[in-house]
Amino acid sequence: MTVPTGSSAFTRRAFFGFAGAGLTAVALAACSATPASGGSTAGSGQSITIWLDTQRAPAIKPIAEKFKKDTGITVKLVVKDFANVDKDFISQVPTGKGPDMIVSPHDKLGSYVQNGVVAPLQLGDKAKDYADVAIQAVTYDGNVYGLPYSIENVALVRNTALAPDASTSFDEVIAKGKAAEAAHAGTVKYPFLLGLDPKQGDPYHMYPLQTSYGSTVFAQNADGTYDPNKLTLGDAAGLKFASAVKQWGQEGVLNANITGDIALDAFNKGQSAYYLTGPWNIPAIKQAGIKYAIDPLPSAGGEKAKPFLGVNAFFISAKSQNKVAATKFLVDYLGTDSAQEALYKVGGRPPALKTAYDVVAKSDPDVKSFGDIGLDGVPMPAIPEMASVWADWGGAELQLIKGQGDPITVWETAASNIESKIK
Amino acid sequence: MADDEAGTLEAERADDAERASATTTGGEPPRKGARAARGELPRLTRSGIGGLLAKIVLLGVLDAVVVWAVFVMAGLSMWIPIVIVLLITGLINWIYLGRGKRLPAKYLTPGVVFLMVFQVFVILYSGYIAFTNYSDGHNGSKTDAIAAISANGLKRVPDSPAYPVNIVERGSHLYLLATDPKDGTARVGTTDEPLRVVKNATFEDGKATKAPGYVTLNLSQVLDRQDEITALSVPLSTNPNDGALRTDDASTAYVYRSDLVYDKTADTFTNSSGTVFVDNGEGEFATKDGSQVLSPGWKINVGFANFKEAFTNSQIAGPLWRVILWTFAFALLSVITTFAVGLFLAMVLNHPKLRGKKIYRVLVILPYAFPAFLSGLVWAGMLNPEFGFINQVLFGGAQIPWLTNAWLARLSVIGVNLWLGYPYMFLVCTGALQSLPEEVDEAARVDGASPWRIFRAIKLPLLLVSVAPLLIASFAFNFNNFNVIYMLTKGWPRFTDTTLDIGSTDLLITMVYKIAFGQGGVRDYGLASALSILIFILVAVVSIIAFRRTKTLEEIN
Repeated sequence: MTVPTGSSAFTRRAFFGFAGAGLTAVALAACSATPASGGSTAGSGQSITIWLDTQRAPAIKPIAEKFKKDTGITVKLVVKDFANVDKDFISQVPTGKGPDMIVSPHDKLGSYVQNGVVAPLQLGDKAKDYADVAIQAVTYDGNVYGLPYSIENVALVRNTALAPDASTSFDEVIAKGKAAEAAHAGTVKYPFLLGLDPKQGDPYHMYPLQTSYGSTVFAQNADGTYDPNKLTLGDAAGLKFASAVKQWGQEGVLNANITGDIALDAFNKGQSAYYLTGPWNIPAIKQAGIKYAIDPLPSAGGEKAKPFLGVNAFFISAKSQNKVAATKFLVDYLGTDSAQEALYKVGGRPPALKTAYDVVAKSDPDVKSFGDIGLDGVPMPAIPEMASVWADWGGAELQLIKGQGDPITVWETAASNIESKIK
Repeated sequence: MADDEAGTLEAERADDAERASATTTGGEPPRKGARAARGELPRLTRSGIGGLLAKIVLLGVLDAVVVWAVFVMAGLSMWIPIVIVLLITGLINWIYLGRGKRLPAKYLTPGVVFLMVFQVFVILYSGYIAFTNYSDGHNGSKTDAIAAISANGLKRVPDSPAYPVNIVERGSHLYLLATDPKDGTARVGTTDEPLRVVKNATFEDGKATKAPGYVTLNLSQVLDRQDEITALSVPLSTNPNDGALRTDDASTAYVYRSDLVYDKTADTFTNSSGTVFVDNGEGEFATKDGSQVLSPGWKINVGFANFKEAFTNSQIAGPLWRVILWTFAFALLSVITTFAVGLFLAMVLNHPKLRGKKIYRVLVILPYAFPAFLSGLVWAGMLNPEFGFINQVLFGGAQIPWLTNAWLARLSVIGVNLWLGYPYMFLVCTGALQSLPEEVDEAARVDGASPWRIFRAIKLPLLLVSVAPLLIASFAFNFNNFNVIYMLTKGWPRFTDTTLDIGSTDLLITMVYKIAFGQGGVRDYGLASALSILIFILVAVVSIIAFRRTKTLEEIN
């Protein structure tokens, strides 16, 4: 008896249910915006996308607004985590939904090119307006890929209260450091500070000392780019450097347990006369009230100490549908003095554009010091296999600093391990 | 939803009651009226209305999203996904708009949907990736790779001058109107037509802007056809070795020479010195003898190659077994130590005569409140050989290499995991202990059994019945305990017999992470997915066996 009642109730109930659901569906669908067609091209009134980090966004915003006024194209600024932006970029570009431009450090360029996600950028005659090392850094396999905007490198920061004069060689630096330790026995604990990673070492910070022995990681071509097939780490100069590292470890000049944070903290407390670091720590040193001076890197092995350079640049995606607009934005708007100076103001690094650097150097002596030291620097190698190179290289240096093993064997083993990985 | 179901059940019961009463009172109209009334609408209580409204709104939102998605997918011509989505949405609507037998389905549907999306789909996708060579250098499709190789192969002729250009159009073809920097003449050409001089062009500031018979494009027209413009490659002359003009910003063009030329019919690249690169079946273009390879490559299916490599590549195979052993050992020891300490504390703090129990309980649970991620980093700092708290304060300045000696590192990892994990076991055991019957305990004490005997023979077996599934879950969790290992030691100290970044404290999951995200070299998602599938199989097998054994435990009791 309940069956007819049940089925008619079911039908009505279901009817009302479907009607309600359907009406709401149609209403909401009608109110929604029209679906965008896949792969929009920019005409007037459309947009191009750039991925940046939070620090640079305020500097790029006014430039984007000027671009929109002149061409009618909106530049969408998307803030991303700088540490992982390269992984996201590489995985998103092949889907066709990646950004048109990206801000990135130059040493990721090799893996971008290996994955086919960046397009060459034609700077033309404007390439001469940028520092040579900056252009070298954004060149890979003979093509220029990026528009550089800042250069950073390490230098020797000296506590002028503990060591009033500059030194010419590394031995002199250590001697003065030890003298300061003896003179202020209570407060000064270290002759020299260099932040390392107790698990992996830090070949980036130690590079100026290594190049002063004439040892480089890869052979350099005539135009300054690296030849990734010629690993020169294990040559005779490298072995001399390895022995020196072990000796410094034994003397207490280098300490594997002092991390970057501990080193900065110690220098800010006045516990050392010297600290080898980059412009990223200067604000903290200023805030701690330390009177400092920035010296060129002293030579330990007799040759010029050349630090590694990190160049930050803008790159264009290989699958961008708006290459013309993106190229215009980069070359004509971000490659101007005002843009580079605005980026300097938020980042604190010397600009890559020569004219902008001259202006900034006049007002900020620290930037001038770092920049002049950087003129002798070499860009970090950008080959995709660098991650494993850093790991083995740093591990070897760490072992020697801790005093384990014979310098020649440890260094040569590391060099052969790296050779096998980059083949 | 439960409310209106309850309403429905009530209605049915009331239905029966009315039928029963109707036969005694013998009134037709009331019955008919009652049934008719029920036929109009289901009897709704106040919560029933709220429930029905919520159901309609939620179903409506879901259907709206699906309708919009169908439009988008239709625009992209994705027909199979449309059919699948419509079927699933239809099923969900049918489940929620019916009643009676579909009640269990209504409870299970959200859980099953999330299970499908976040677990089943992920497993299937990982499985799919495990059979490809998706990695650095094999990142996209073949067409993308060919485009990238061609683009990278275009080299600007060194010291070639810059040609100021404008984009012009005739008919539907785009042409480049260039001003020759050497003699200032205007020339025009397009992809298959070399540059030739054009007469009577209009100049502005020395740059040719208009030519008779051609229409100059303005900026917005240029921006509408960017792809066509960047594809223009105008030969300088009939000799291809002179190069071609290309422009990237529609206002300046440079002379390029193609280093690599793609032959579509033969599917090969040829470079300027005549070397031919063919598709070598492994997702890249290479010379016949394999000595030179063009980059980038593309993603292809490789079958079981990744699985084979995991077991036969000497760099991975040796350490792999050690890592598997350590993973099992780590998971087992973590479970045993945390359970022992948690149970001990639970029993101690369960004593009826202990004062200040609440304070002790709060203190004991504190480590559980910190995120494992953060605790790992803090402990890494405390275990620093020279400056860490442990060495400086507890060991009086001894420089014990907690994280750099292989066995000490393993001990440290287990110790930190113990610190992080015992509060959870403490909570679980407290609850389980309080649910044990007291009579058995008293009977045993009356019989003269020692406390240890009572614990071993009575309390522990009863406890294990209820706690065993949680122990198995804890084992599975610690098998994949990425946070503690990665934050504390990153899997180091490294093994010396492999060039890959695998170390003595590495679990399978941290090894997979390092392979996938390139800490030890190039990113290799294919290999990482294959190893993930292996981990899944291992954990699943262990869990199934363990659950079977707990069933027997329950049967004995």
